[in-house]
Amino acid sequence: MLKASDRIFINLYGIHDWRLKGAEARGDWDKTKALIAKGKDWIIQEITASGLRGRGGAGFPTGRKWGFMPPDDGKTPRYLVVNADESEPGTCKDRDILRFEPHKLIEGALIAAVAIGAHVGYVYVRGEFYTEANHLEEAIAEAYKAGLLGKNAAKSGWDFDLYVHRGAGAYICGEETALLESLEGRKGMPRLKPPFPAIVGLYGCPTIVNNVETLAVVPTILRRGASWFGGIGTSNNAGTKIYCLSGHVNTPCNVEEAMGIPLKELIEKYGSGVRGGWDNLLAVIPGGSSVPLIPKDVCEKVLMDFTSLAEVKSGLGTGGIIVMDKSTDIVRAIARLSKFYMHESCGQCTPCREGTGWIWRMLSRLADGIGSPKDIDVLEEVTYEIEGHTICALGDAAAWPVQGLIRHFRPELERRLKINRIA
Amino acid sequence: MTAFKFSKENEERVKEILTHYPPDRKASAILPLFELAQRQCGGWLPKEALEAITEMLEVSLIRGYEVATFYTMFNLKPMGKYHLQICGTTPCMLRGSEDLKGVCQRHLGIENKETTKDGLFTLTEVECIGACTNAPVVQINDDYFEDLDEKSFLKILEDLKADRPVKPGSAIGRQGSAPERRRANAKGK
Repeated sequence: MLKASDRIFINLYGIHDWRLKGAEARGDWDKTKALIAKGKDWIIQEITASGLRGRGGAGFPTGRKWGFMPPDDGKTPRYLVVNADESEPGTCKDRDILRFEPHKLIEGALIAAVAIGAHVGYVYVRGEFYTEANHLEEAIAEAYKAGLLGKNAAKSGWDFDLYVHRGAGAYICGEETALLESLEGRKGMPRLKPPFPAIVGLYGCPTIVNNVETLAVVPTILRRGASWFGGIGTSNNAGTKIYCLSGHVNTPCNVEEAMGIPLKELIEKYGSGVRGGWDNLLAVIPGGSSVPLIPKDVCEKVLMDFTSLAEVKSGLGTGGIIVMDKSTDIVRAIARLSKFYMHESCGQCTPCREGTGWIWRMLSRLADGIGSPKDIDVLEEVTYEIEGHTICALGDAAAWPVQGLIRHFRPELERRLKINRIA
Repeated sequence: MTAFKFSKENEERVKEILTHYPPDRKASAILPLFELAQRQCGGWLPKEALEAITEMLEVSLIRGYEVATFYTMFNLKPMGKYHLQICGTTPCMLRGSEDLKGVCQRHLGIENKETTKDGLFTLTEVECIGACTNAPVVQINDDYFEDLDEKSFLKILEDLKADRPVKPGSAIGRQGSAPERRRANAKGK
């Protein structure tokens, strides 16, 4: 269990003042200048050594990502883009950082900008987060006024401008290249990779896209040291993480805990248990809607980190934990996610555009018990036809929850078909 | 409708927004300007606004339409005074968003994407709005109303109808996304 003194997001619940004064009292913006003075190589080295992995879902090592930036030619602008387009069902951690800890993000953005050599940064906030984006804008204005942004930011000798850019309702813009397209004023349709944004990003210039939570922990890591952060969590899964507990727990909440905490402990301790007791648990989606569900027997033992969840054919994703008790119509719950992906598919790649609608219609029929057992096989086959055949990962994300459903709840699907036939 | 023009105050905002992007990348401002125009027009984007903004940003009108139709938050027809956006995705569904839709059907007589006859409410079932630990959630215009049930949602609708002030946030008095104390304590005993 995480010690209280190791918690980074002290104001996660907004109990304290989120403005500059309150943030400074919690240790933000403390000797930022000295951290930056240690140089960009030191920053990247520390972040790499800390073992920080991106908190947006894919878990890519942050230090390595920053290292991908090409050498500065002194002419081409370089950009930092903060991905605050949080829309993965089950996930609402960045929202709390934006509204209650905005200065952690701003300071992290400045440090990251120094590390990658960017003078301009954009925070792409999903349009629905109106109040949250307002908080961030206010915090940025405060930072400018205090000399922490703009020319010679925080007296570091580095110029850095940070702007809020509001989205307008599109899940796909959480995909980094779709986000860049959107930021350039187009439909959010993902680009082919490679080239990766670090080489050809915003306006064709070298760009790093980082998640809100990733950047917000950076200043604390540098202040307390890579070994402190690396000492929390499990092997290859360092540090703390904000988990979002939603669905059928007694007390849904966001909570910052160590990476690798047992899922059961998280649910029992912070969620006050599953509604109706642990034995009433049916399944859990452990990392946002894009990862396959895991049934109760797996939930007993599994640890909340990238490695452990991959071993049980699921994933840590964003850390959005959706708990489902036995009252859940599991087929409809997953079918609703299929509807989500159908709605959010950008329509660029045929397998995803056509396939997501196909999955949803098929799954809705199966939920009603219409079809034959062979349809389940066809459905599964279709998910594999989508997976890996699209430009971005939305296709995979639409396929995985359905694959998880069939893997663990095939008897339930067959039962429905049988009941309907007998009736 | 006559040609669209930003209000004096918004014109200043436009100037400020355009400074965020490189001068030759004005198109980047399309989302912020559409949003601003939508607010000025009372919650929807008339064709005239699309024309004026695309011209201002030097992008083709068709690209303006592409953007306006791609992003769900842009409304291309007039909306009710209160836009009820019920999140229907799984985390909210598990905690009763279907019941909230029922409230709209029974008490307002509207289905998804319909507006009440008095022009007060428009109902839209939206996809995850990112407040899952406070499910079920309804976004009314800009504000999130969280931890709702049929009763508390109905009360909000009644208050809005009677032009009484409503308080956004948790309907059960939770602090942000912190665990609800009453239940956590009861469980601990």
